[in-house]
Amino acid sequence: MLTLSILIPLLASLGLFVWSDATKEKARLVALGASALSLLCLVIVWIGFDTGPEAPAFQAVSEVGWIDALGVAWRVGVDGMSLAVSLMSGLLFLCAIAWPAETKGRARQYYAWFLFLQGVSLGLFLTLDLLVFYVFFDLTLVGMYFLIGRWGHDQAEYAALKFFVYTLAGSLAILLAILGLVLANDTLTFDMRALIAAQPLGGTDLRASLILLGFLVGFAIKTPLVPFHTWLPLAHVEAPGPASAVLAGVLLKMGTYGMVRIPFQMMRETFAAYAFPLAIVALVAILWGALVALGQTNLKRRIAYTSVNHMGYTVLGIAAAGAMIGSDSVRTLALSGAVTEMVAHGLITGALFLIAGSFYTRTGTYDLARYGGLARIAPLLMATYSLAAFASFGLPGLAGFVAEFQIFAGSFGVYPVLAAIGLLGLVVTAALFLMMGQQIFFGTPAPGMMAIKDLKPAEIWPLAVLLVLVVLIGLLPGWLLDMIQTGSAFAPFQAAGGAQ
Amino acid sequence: MPLGDILPEIAVLLTAVAIVLLSSFLPRRLQWTGAPVALAGLAIAALFLLAQASGEARATFSQTYVLDMASVEGRLLILFATAVTVLLSPRWFASDQRHGEFYAMLLFSTLGAMVLAGALDLLLVLIGALLSSATGYVLTAYHRDWALSVEAGMKYFLVGALANTALALGATFMIGMLGYPGFGEMAAALAVGEASPLLLVGLGLVTVGMAYKLGAVPAHAWLPDVAEGAPAPSAAFLTVAPKIGAAIALARLVSLFPETGFAIRPLVAALAVITMTLGNLAALWQDDMRRMLGWSSVSQAGYLLMAVTVAGLSDQAMPALLIFLAGYTAANLAAFAAVTHLRGRTARNDYAGLLKTAPFAAIALIIAFLSLVGIPPLGGFVGKLELFLATIDGGYGWLAVAALFNTVLSLVYYLRFAVPMIWREPSGTLYRLGAWSAVALGIALAATVAVGLLAQAILGPLAGAAFLP
Repeated sequence: MLTLSILIPLLASLGLFVWSDATKEKARLVALGASALSLLCLVIVWIGFDTGPEAPAFQAVSEVGWIDALGVAWRVGVDGMSLAVSLMSGLLFLCAIAWPAETKGRARQYYAWFLFLQGVSLGLFLTLDLLVFYVFFDLTLVGMYFLIGRWGHDQAEYAALKFFVYTLAGSLAILLAILGLVLANDTLTFDMRALIAAQPLGGTDLRASLILLGFLVGFAIKTPLVPFHTWLPLAHVEAPGPASAVLAGVLLKMGTYGMVRIPFQMMRETFAAYAFPLAIVALVAILWGALVALGQTNLKRRIAYTSVNHMGYTVLGIAAAGAMIGSDSVRTLALSGAVTEMVAHGLITGALFLIAGSFYTRTGTYDLARYGGLARIAPLLMATYSLAAFASFGLPGLAGFVAEFQIFAGSFGVYPVLAAIGLLGLVVTAALFLMMGQQIFFGTPAPGMMAIKDLKPAEIWPLAVLLVLVVLIGLLPGWLLDMIQTGSAFAPFQAAGGAQ
Repeated sequence: MPLGDILPEIAVLLTAVAIVLLSSFLPRRLQWTGAPVALAGLAIAALFLLAQASGEARATFSQTYVLDMASVEGRLLILFATAVTVLLSPRWFASDQRHGEFYAMLLFSTLGAMVLAGALDLLLVLIGALLSSATGYVLTAYHRDWALSVEAGMKYFLVGALANTALALGATFMIGMLGYPGFGEMAAALAVGEASPLLLVGLGLVTVGMAYKLGAVPAHAWLPDVAEGAPAPSAAFLTVAPKIGAAIALARLVSLFPETGFAIRPLVAALAVITMTLGNLAALWQDDMRRMLGWSSVSQAGYLLMAVTVAGLSDQAMPALLIFLAGYTAANLAAFAAVTHLRGRTARNDYAGLLKTAPFAAIALIIAFLSLVGIPPLGGFVGKLELFLATIDGGYGWLAVAALFNTVLSLVYYLRFAVPMIWREPSGTLYRLGAWSAVALGIALAATVAVGLLAQAILGPLAGAAFLP
C-alpha cells in the first residue's frame, strides 16, 4: 500500500511527460486524481495503523530486493512520525496541485514535475532503506530544481541553480555519513531497522563525531539552520506559490525528519553528546530567523525567514529529546512537539505561501510597501491570512500552539536557559505577523489595490482544508499525538517506562 | 596452448582482419558494410565471454592472462563501448570513401584494451598499451583533411610516445628488480622484499604509462584535444575503452603491493585528487561541448583512481571500479553519441533550446550529465556510491571527501551546458545524423539508466568472487 502511494504519482508523472497532447485541464485532472489516490493509500494505511502500546516499531512494512550485493533493498514502512509527516505531505501536495497556478503554457510538464516531486517526497518519508532514502533525497532536488527554474519569477534560474548546488553539497555530506555509518556496522546493510537496532557507532571518537557532523550539516542545509540557510529566501522568492508551499511544507521537513530518523535514532550516544551544541544552533536559527524576518520588506522573504525560525523550534525539540539528561517524559514531550511542529508548520506555512501566491497573481509584487487597505476589498483573503498567521506564531487553540507548547515544555526540562531565550522568538514572530497583517489589510488602500478580487473557489477549498486541519489539531490534538508517539522514534522512551 | 581461453580475443582479431580484406575489395558505396560485420564479430566475442563468465576464476597461458569476473566484465564493457561506437560510425564517415578500414582499426584498438583488462603480466600490459595506443593515433587523426583532427592525433601521439616509453622503461626496472614479469610471482617477491629506489622509480614510470591510457595526471593533456578534434565516434571510443582496460590493469598492479612499505597507494591517491580537481577546474569555463566532455573525462579518471588506490585493501575496490566504469562508460557514450547524432555540434550556444528542437538528444545529454554527476538512480550514482564505500572502507576517507567537493564542483559545468538546453530559445538550424546514431544513442541512454537500476547484475557476480592474483 505504501509502495503504491509512491508509485502512483511517479507513474502518473511519467504518463504526463509522455502524453504529448494533454491539455491543461486534462493534465490537471490527472494530477489531481493521482495525487488524491496516493493520499488515499496513505489514509488506508492510517486507518489500519495500530496506536496501541503493543504496536510494532514499523507497520505496513514490505520489502523487495534490489542490490543484494550491497544490502540495499526497496523497504517501506511507517512509524507514527513518518505516517504523520507523509499524510501531511500528501495533503499539502494535493492542495498545491489543486491551486490554480500560472503554468506559463506548459501545464503538462508543470503537473508532471509536481507529481514526480510528490512521489519522491513520500518515498523519502516512507522508505526504511538508507540508500533509497538518499536516492529520494537527491531526486527531490531535481524535481524542485525544475519547478523553481521553469515556473519561477525573474531570477528563477539563478535561484534554482543556487538551490541545487547548495543542497547537493548537503546531500553528498549525508551520503558520506551514511556510508560511514553503514561500514561501521558488522554486516553490510542499509536496512534502517537493522541499523537502529545495532547502534553501530557509540561514543565521541573522531569517526563517530565526523559522521554525526556529516549528517547534521547535510540536514541543517536542508532544514535550514543558520548559517546554512542562505539558499532558502532566494529559492522561495523566485519559486511559484504552490512550489513555495511544497518547498516549505514538505522539503524542509526532510531535514528534520532525517535528523530524527538517522542520527537521533541510529547513533543515540553520539547524538546525545552533541545535543547541546545542536540546541544552540537551533536557538540561533530561532532568533536569527525571527529578527531577520522582521526586517524584510518582501512578503515571501518574510514568510521564508519565519520558516527558518520555526524549523529552529523543531530542531530545539529534537536536540532536547536526544540529550540524555532530563526525564523521559520531558524528552518525549520535546520530540512529540518537534514532530507536531513538522506537521503544523507544513500545514500553516503551506497555507501562508499559497496565500502569498494569491497576492502575487493579483498584484504581481511581493513588496509589502505597495500593499494596504485590503481588509474591505478582500475579506476572505484577510480571514485566511489571519488564521494562518495566528497559527504560525502559536495562538492557543491552533496547531502551532500545540507544537510550540510541547517543544518549550520539553526543552525547559532539559535546557531551561536556552528555552527561555527561545521564547523571545515567539514574541518577535507574533509582532512581525501582526505588523505584516496591518500593513496589508489596514490603512488606506494603496493605489492599484482597489481592483483586487477576493479568493476564487478554486483557491478557497485547498486553503480551507489546510486551515480546518490547523484548527482541528489545535482543538483536539489527541489523535495526532497518539499517532506520532507510536512506534520506532519514540520506542526508547516507552521502553524506559516514560509517560505518554 | 589453451586457445579456447582467448576465443573472444581471437573473434575480435579475425573480424578485424576480415574487415581489412573486405574493405579493400568492396566498392566505395558499400564501405559501410564493415559496420554490421564488426557488430557480428563483437557479438560473437561477447558470447564467448559470457561462456567464460560461468567458469571458475583462473589464470591461463602460463599465468599471463586472467579469466576472473573483473576481466570478463571489463572486456564485456569494452565490447559494448566498441559496439556503440560502430553504430555511430557509418553515417559520420559517409563522406569518407575508404572508411571501411575504420572498423578494422577500431577492433584492433578494442583488442588492445581487452588485453589490458585481462593482463596478468607486465609485458602483456605493455603490449596491450602499445596496441591500444598505436591504433588510437590513427582513430584520432582519421579525418586526414581536417587540421584539428590531425593536430589532436599528433598531440595524442607525442604524449603517447613519451608515456609509453616511460611504461616500457618502468616495466624494465620493475621486472629487473623483482625478477619476474608475472603478477603472481611479483606479488610473492614483494611480500618478502624491501622497497628499493629503482623499483619505486619503475613503479612510478609504469603508473605514468597507465595514467596516459586513463587520461589522468600527469599524462592527461591529450584528452581534451582528442575529445574536440578526433572524429566524434573515435572520441567516444577513446575516452572510454582504453580507460577500462588500463584501470583494471593498474588496479591489479597496485593490489600486488602490501599496504605499507611502498608509497604506491598514497601516490595514486594524490594523482586521483589532482586529476579530478584539475579536470573539473578546467571544465568549468569551457564553451565547447566536446572539450568540456574531454575535461570531464579527465575528472572521471580521477574518481576511478579512487578505487585503484584501495585495490587490495577493501573487498569493495574491484566491484567499485567495475560498476563505476560501467556507469561512466554508458553516460560518456550517451553524451558523445548525442554530439555525434547532432552532427558534432559543439559550441555551447548552439545547444540553446535543444529540448524543444531535438528533445531526444537533449534528454539523453541531460541524463548523461546527471549520471556523470552521480544523481540517483542512474548508473553514475551507484558507481560513485561504491567508490565512496570502498575508499572509506579502505581507510582513505579523505579521498571520498575530496571527491565529494569535486562532485559539487562538477555540477556547475554540467548545468552550464544543460541549462541553456532547457530554458533558452532555440537558434539556428538543426542537423541530425540519422537512424544509426539514434539507435546508438538509445542504447547508451538505456544502459545509463540500467546500470543504476540493475546494478545487482554487475555487482552480484563480483561480490565474493575470486580476484587474481
